[in-house]
Amino acid sequence: MSTISSLEALKAKRQEILDKAAAKKDKVRINVSLATCSIAAGGKAAMEAMKDEIAKNNVPNVEFMQSGCMTYCYAEPTVEITLPGKDPVVFGHVNEAKARELVTAYVMKGEPVDGIIPVNYERVVL
Amino acid sequence: MAATTTEKKQIRIATRNCGFIDPENIDDYIGVRGYEALAKALAMKPAEVVDLIKRSGLRGRGGGGFPTGVKWGIALGNEADQKYIVCNADEGDPGAFMDRAVLEGDPHSVVEAMAIGGYAIGATIGTVYIRAEYPLAIKRLKKAIDDARSYGLLGKNIFNSGFDFDIELKYGAGAFVCGEETALIASMEGKRGEPVTKPPFPAQAGYWRKPTIVNNVETYANVPAILVKGADWFSSIGTATSKGTKVFALAGKITNTGLIEVPMGISLREVIFDIGGGCPDGKAFKAVQTGGPSGGALATKDLDVAIDYESLIARKSMMGSGGMVVMDETSCMVAVAKFFLDFTMDETCGKCTPCRIGSKRLYEMLDKITKGKGVPADLDRLKSLAVAIKDTALCGLGQTMPNPILSTMETFRNEYDAHINDKKCPAHVCTALLTYSIDPNKCTGCSLCAKVCPVGCISGNRKEPHSIDQTKCIKCGSCYEKCKFGAIKKD
Repeated sequence: MSTISSLEALKAKRQEILDKAAAKKDKVRINVSLATCSIAAGGKAAMEAMKDEIAKNNVPNVEFMQSGCMTYCYAEPTVEITLPGKDPVVFGHVNEAKARELVTAYVMKGEPVDGIIPVNYERVVL
Repeated sequence: MAATTTEKKQIRIATRNCGFIDPENIDDYIGVRGYEALAKALAMKPAEVVDLIKRSGLRGRGGGGFPTGVKWGIALGNEADQKYIVCNADEGDPGAFMDRAVLEGDPHSVVEAMAIGGYAIGATIGTVYIRAEYPLAIKRLKKAIDDARSYGLLGKNIFNSGFDFDIELKYGAGAFVCGEETALIASMEGKRGEPVTKPPFPAQAGYWRKPTIVNNVETYANVPAILVKGADWFSSIGTATSKGTKVFALAGKITNTGLIEVPMGISLREVIFDIGGGCPDGKAFKAVQTGGPSGGALATKDLDVAIDYESLIARKSMMGSGGMVVMDETSCMVAVAKFFLDFTMDETCGKCTPCRIGSKRLYEMLDKITKGKGVPADLDRLKSLAVAIKDTALCGLGQTMPNPILSTMETFRNEYDAHINDKKCPAHVCTALLTYSIDPNKCTGCSLCAKVCPVGCISGNRKEPHSIDQTKCIKCGSCYEKCKFGAIKKD
């Protein structure tokens, strides 16, 4: 990693990162919350189950990522899925069975699954 | 999930990136304009950065609520050959996990903010004092620091400005008192975590007697947003005296447990019922403890309180670090006060007499009351000792330790009276005050209760109503759990 030595260099780096992200916008993005409470509730097992189901069904163009606490502790494990061209949707209580259902129903067919947590906040974006 | 409003009552500033970026990937942070705030700060003069934070109205989120800009200004004004900036990531309040979420979800926001603060006050060394009970937060914070160094965002001559800054970690070992800034500093110096009198304040003479700023994780998490979006934006949110948002950890008897970030000034009613979903299983809300073991209980009469620093203090509670423990009709407020005293009694460092001995005496009196051995004079003794400890203890731990008692005695006096005068616990929690009895109209004489009783105090012939010998009953509740006919009454 090379030194970023000015604001211009930082902005250029940011643009590079945004361009990379834009190139992936036709992919399905599966974001699994992996903070301590999420992991304790089974977040890693949910992620493994989804990865397995994706591989079993040969679903192409799927990117996995981890993030921190999504603040919905009452509904852990939580997973946010963004289908290409759609808004992200957060699902709660994602146990192993639900994780597989999210892949076969929502990711593969776009069919909504129970347990959607509605957005009840305004996120401040810098 | 209980029905909650879909109106967006939360504004996420400190937790803006939690759940949206990979905390172990610095590129994700840069993608959301990470480190631009630092670049902007380094192009300003330190005094201008201090002024910006002052104008924003940001106040310490660790509980004290001291204006952050003013504190930074004092440290800037004190000349020294070395200054330090410290992040208090000890988060000792039971039920509080706001700081953990920020450290595990967006560690770079803290790293960047400490560099900004270091520049503002003239410190080249930053330290994060983090509790060892947070291994994942430690791992992610370490990675964030390493990655920032690789990009030259920490280290020598950051952004070619001539400013050097780096961060090291120090680990807490489980002492609640080390969340108090002077005890924290003592612990960092390798000494036993004991507070000292203030003044001198750390901003004048702290770590190794040099000007030191200690700020909470959540306070730092707000700083990059203020630099990028401006002081006017931040001060447009909240109330006249409490600007911005606060992250609260909703726990206890509430449907939607978890973290929320709300603008200052929102009502308690909206937090508990609209966002929190109320108490589960249709139980009635009774009280909410804010400020952890240092705070007080707010009851139904306080539901329309606008949450900010001053209004909570006016109601004999405090903001604290943001823990909100909700209680319903099945909670005993005397037992709650006893629980918090049990905690602070264990955590007192022992240096000053009021706290070391006073905590024990307060606990003993509460214990007596919950066991049915209290007398009316105990309430006067509790109150006068509580007030004396508040006035004479050396540090915040001792000074706020009596708050749960004073607050519950004022708002739930009827429960104390019931325990003392009637020897009854209205919420049916204090086991010594419970009476288990068998209703002869419902008892079928199946004897299951007698079989499970550990002291053999239930007698009766098969198919005839049984009875409990009250002189032998140890109130374990096993018979109550076992009976399939609801024939055992608990009151």
